[in-house]
Order: sequence, then structure tokens, then C-alpha cells
Amino acid sequence: MRARLEATGYLVDDGLALACFLALRLHRPIFCEGDAGVGKTALASALAEALDAPLIRLQCHEGIDASQALYDWDFPRQLLHLRAAEAAGVKDADRLESELYDRRFLVARPLLKALETNPSVLLVDEIDRADDEFEAFLLELLSEFSVTIPELGTLRAEVPPVVVLTSNRTREVHDALKRRCLYHWFDHPGFARELAIVRRRLPGVSARLAEQVTALVQALRSQDLLKPPGVAETIDWAQALDALGATEVDAELAVATLGSVLKYREDAERARGLDLAAVLAARGA
Amino acid sequence: MRGVDGTGSGGAGRRTDGEHGRPDRAPQPRDVPTRPGADAALLGFARALRAAGVDASAERVHTFLRAVDELRPGMRADVYWAGRLTLCGGHDDLERYERVFAAYFGDAPRSRRTVPATPRPRLRLVVREGPAPGTAARDEHHDAPPAAALASSTEVLRHRDVAELGSADREQLRRLLAAFTLPGETRRSARRRPARRGEVDPHRTVRELLRRGGEPARLRRHSRAERPRRVVLLVDVSGSMAPYADALLRFAHAAARGTRTEVFTIGTRLTRVTRELSHRDPDPAMTALAEAVPDWRGGTRLGELLREFLDRWGQRGMARGAVVVLLSDGWERGDPELLGAQMRRLHRLAHRVVWANPRKARPGYAPLAAGMAAALPSVDAFVEGHSLAALERLAAVVRGAEPAPREGADRA
Repeated sequence: MRARLEATGYLVDDGLALACFLALRLHRPIFCEGDAGVGKTALASALAEALDAPLIRLQCHEGIDASQALYDWDFPRQLLHLRAAEAAGVKDADRLESELYDRRFLVARPLLKALETNPSVLLVDEIDRADDEFEAFLLELLSEFSVTIPELGTLRAEVPPVVVLTSNRTREVHDALKRRCLYHWFDHPGFARELAIVRRRLPGVSARLAEQVTALVQALRSQDLLKPPGVAETIDWAQALDALGATEVDAELAVATLGSVLKYREDAERARGLDLAAVLAARGA
Repeated sequence: MRGVDGTGSGGAGRRTDGEHGRPDRAPQPRDVPTRPGADAALLGFARALRAAGVDASAERVHTFLRAVDELRPGMRADVYWAGRLTLCGGHDDLERYERVFAAYFGDAPRSRRTVPATPRPRLRLVVREGPAPGTAARDEHHDAPPAAALASSTEVLRHRDVAELGSADREQLRRLLAAFTLPGETRRSARRRPARRGEVDPHRTVRELLRRGGEPARLRRHSRAERPRRVVLLVDVSGSMAPYADALLRFAHAAARGTRTEVFTIGTRLTRVTRELSHRDPDPAMTALAEAVPDWRGGTRLGELLREFLDRWGQRGMARGAVVVLLSDGWERGDPELLGAQMRRLHRLAHRVVWANPRKARPGYAPLAAGMAAALPSVDAFVEGHSLAALERLAAVVRGAEPAPREGADRA
């Protein structure tokens, strides 16, 4: 499992590899929590690539409901069909009605699409942004991997999709949903792993630059910041510096490009007060 | 680690090396067990976890056993991760899990970085306060000397003793509940509801059309729904607030009855008590609360805890657009500038910040406590909170009423 994931450029630790393995064996969703930018969403795309299955993504937002997440009838097409039938003079009302609620007039939204595609990886992103009602609805779907459409009957997934749920913890997700899932907490990676991730993601960046940027971000993270930078920011920063043509970074350049890692004025000020040169010197040799 | 297809993963057959300890006596370090005593030992582990406060329900335990079945037998790291993935339900559980796992199966393997620990070493000394539970602990606020008003930053953990609520308390609660029936402030939500006027709702219109066999029908409309704003209560349970704590917590319970209310207690640590207070009956709610709050009548670290609240909950969304109410006297032992900075941060996030200070009602009160003075510029409404009438008015303010200019407290 691990080897497969790492082949896609996504580095995993023991826990996560095990989580993926168990998710496949037990058909349980993986519930990912952790700070922003630590690779929760990226896990789903890596899994999809590793399993050679399409990634189906459902981005949750407030007010999301079944017609946006599960399925919807294609009303305009139904109407057209009706008109055409009228024009052709079809008299058989029953047949016409059953035709109207045919599978081909059903628009599959992400959840239904994931049930119908075998195999597939379903990413339910930022579940904490949806309302409670939607959570309850999702719970039903994830426990049975089937949906009942009144006009068509029950559709069941032959092979349950691999499901990844992510949450940024803006609110507590209900226990009933979590209980169904494998819970994985994403920590910020240590220096070696983070460096490996940066190197893997940005093969074009000079080794020295990657190492320096990682060291700087690790130092920033140990500070008391409003929003500690995630791995995504580390990669952004290295990319930004690389775009400037730098092969190594000094304190001045670091301060100048701080905007790609720190997104709060207070944080940036605090970072400027830091002795970035010392951090670099410690890594220097 | 291993192939997806699970070849060579040890599958269902766990070996039966006999070694297994007595399942019920917990803390002796032992090897991770294998069948046949394995399940018993794992169940014992789950029980130990439950005792430590992790909500390892039967369903979770069942998943845990299934997960262990899938893994290499007797591998400590695998059992560790299987348990962590299946038995834990949140970040708070992880620390407890580490602790129980280490105690139950011996020391944890070195390779792993530990979960970010709580900032300082804990005092695990938990003192039960007052006489035996259930007796006359009700008038505890009489024996709380006013000298307790000095906030201290040393951490003393104690649980609160609760007594059954008397009829007067129930009456108070009833009145507070009544005060909370006001509709509250709303915000426009992303969801749309059918409405008389508004934009055309294509879905319902077309469905209506279909129902009439394609004949043009009346246009259906919808518009944005309004949702009540979230209310977040931060209740100070430090020593200096002891005389008011009972009334304030009852207030919190009444507030939590409404939907979308979150309650935290602050003292020397931040405790989320929304779940404890969600019980309809005040007695079990107060008992659960007393169980959950470890820093009863300790010191105050307002600034630090406010920062913790904002880091862990507020900035991620809980405080965004919410009505945030602090029930505290503003005695801060720490750096008032920290409190000031965090209050500014909170003010930027929240829709409205209300500060209820029981001491404000005293004649000649001026917000001189350093913390209070630092916080005031970021407070939208500064109200009293010393009496039932004042709390009723606070409820009205939370629900969107203007705070009365002065002397309005007697009406309510």
C-alpha cells in the first residue's frame, strides 16, 4: 500500500498506510482531521492514482442538499421528451410516465456517481462545512453504500468506493458519522519527512533551497503563530523562491517572500522579529 | 507496507502463541497478545480506554477487533495504529490513547512522534471540594470568601460538587429559559427556501410544469433562508467568579437549550461543555458539567485561554459571524496585553462580542482590572451579570436587543 502511494509522490507514515489498508479491507471511510495544508485532500488524489480509480470529489458547503450531492432529475430533458411524445401522438400514458423517470433522465451527482463507478475514490471535502442534516444523510449512504430513488428503486454499489472525508474542525462532526470511520489525525511532518515531500513534489528545486526552506518553515511552526504554515505553504514558498531564480535563500530574501507562507500581518511581523539568519546558519553547513 | 490485495498480510488467521496476561488487571506491561486470549486482552484495553475517558463504544470496539484481525498478528505498531484509527474519535482522544496504550501494553515504540502534548505538566491531583456529594453544598457561595477575588495563575484542579437544584433554582432556570425564547439574531444562509417572492425557483417550477403535463404553470419562487447566528458562551469558573458561577452556569444551560449554542468554561484551562449541557434536565446536565470541568475555582488565565479558544475553535469557524459572550470579571493574572490582543482578534472574527461582568453592578465600579481595561475596546456590549434580572437582560442582549443605557436592570 505504502509503496503504491509513494509511487504517486505522496509520502505516508505507518499510521496513514495502515489506515488506507484498513479502509480497503474493512470498507470503512477514512476520516481525516488536521491543520490546513497537511495533505488531507491530497491523500484522496494519491489513493485514486494508486488504485487507478477515478477520483470523485464532493466539496461540501453550507446549504448543500441531496439534489446537489446525490442525484437530480434532468427536468428540461424530461420536458423535451414529453413534448416530443406529444407531437408524435403517443397515447399510452403509463408507458410515457415510466419513460419519463428512466435512468437516462437522472443526473448523477458525486455521491451517486461514486456508487455507480467501480472502483472509485470518493472525496467528501470539508464535511464540517455542511449542515447537520446533510451529515445524517451522508451517514445513511456511507453505512449501506446504497441509495433508494423512489422512482427507480434501490441502487447499490457492487464494490463500495474508497471514501475519504476531511474536516478542518470548524465544528464538531457528529459522533454517529465518526463512528463509522477510521479516524486519522494529520500532524505536521518532521524535518526529514517534510524535506522528502518537498523534494518529491518539486524535483526541479535545488537541494540546498529545499533544505533551507524546510528548516525555515519548521522554525516558523515552532513559533506561536496565528496560522502555522502547512506543508502546502512550504511547497509554495520553495516554488516562489525557485521562480525568482534562487538556488539558496538568505534572511533578506526570506523576509521579502514571507507572504507565500504567512497570511497574517501579525504572523509576518513576528517572523520578521525572528533571527532567520541564525536558523539558516544552523542549517548552513 | 503490503499489497492492497492483502497477500501476505496474515489475513484472518492469528497465530495461537499462548502468551497472554490476565485481561482484567490492567497496568502490567505485557507483549501485545495473540489468540486465544487476544480478544479478551483487547477488550480489556478498550475498557481501560473507556475508563480514561475515550468514548470507545461497542461498535468501535467491534471495528477494532476486525481491524486487528486483518493485520499481522502480534505486531505492536499495528495494534497501536488499528486502535488509534478505530477507537479514537477526535484529537482530544489521541493523548489519552497514547497514555493508556503505553500503560497497558508497556512503553510505546520510539519511532513515533507523540501528539502535541498539553502545554505544561499536569497536576493530576483532583480534590473533591466541600462535604460529601449531595449534601449541603448548595450554599457554597457563602463560604467562598471575597478574598478569592484575587486571580491566581497557579493551577489547582478540583471538581465541583453539585447538589440537586432547589425549587428556587428551577424557577430561576425557567425564567432564564423564557428569556431565551426570543428569536435571536439571524444571518442569511446559503440555503434557499420556497417563498412568495424572490428569484424564480427552476426546480419547483419545472416540476410543477411536469405535473400539469407540460402546460405552463405558475412560476415558483424561492429566496435565501435566514439562520440564527451561533452563540458562543465563555464562562469563567475561576475562584474570583465563584459567587456567581452557579447562576452563570444555569444561564449557560438555558442558552444551550437553543440550537447553535456552544459553551466553554475557562479557568486554568479551556473545556468545551456543550455536550454536557445539552441534557434537557438541569440536574444531569449540571452533574455532567461538574464531571467535565477539572479546573473549578482555580486561577484565571484569560488571555492564554482565549487564545487557545481562538486557535482551536474560533478562527476555524466557531466564532466567525457568531455572537460571543464572555461571562467573566476580567481579573487577569497574566499579561493584559495578551488578553487585549486576543480580544481584538476575537472582535474581528465575531459578529458581536458581549462581555457580562457581575462586578459591574457594584456602585462606583470602573473597569480597572487590568484585563478588563485591555479588553473593553473590543467589546460591543458591556453588561452586568450579577442577578437574575441582569442575566435575563443579558439573554435579551444576546438575542439582539440593545443593552439598556443605565439603570435598566430593575425592569427586566
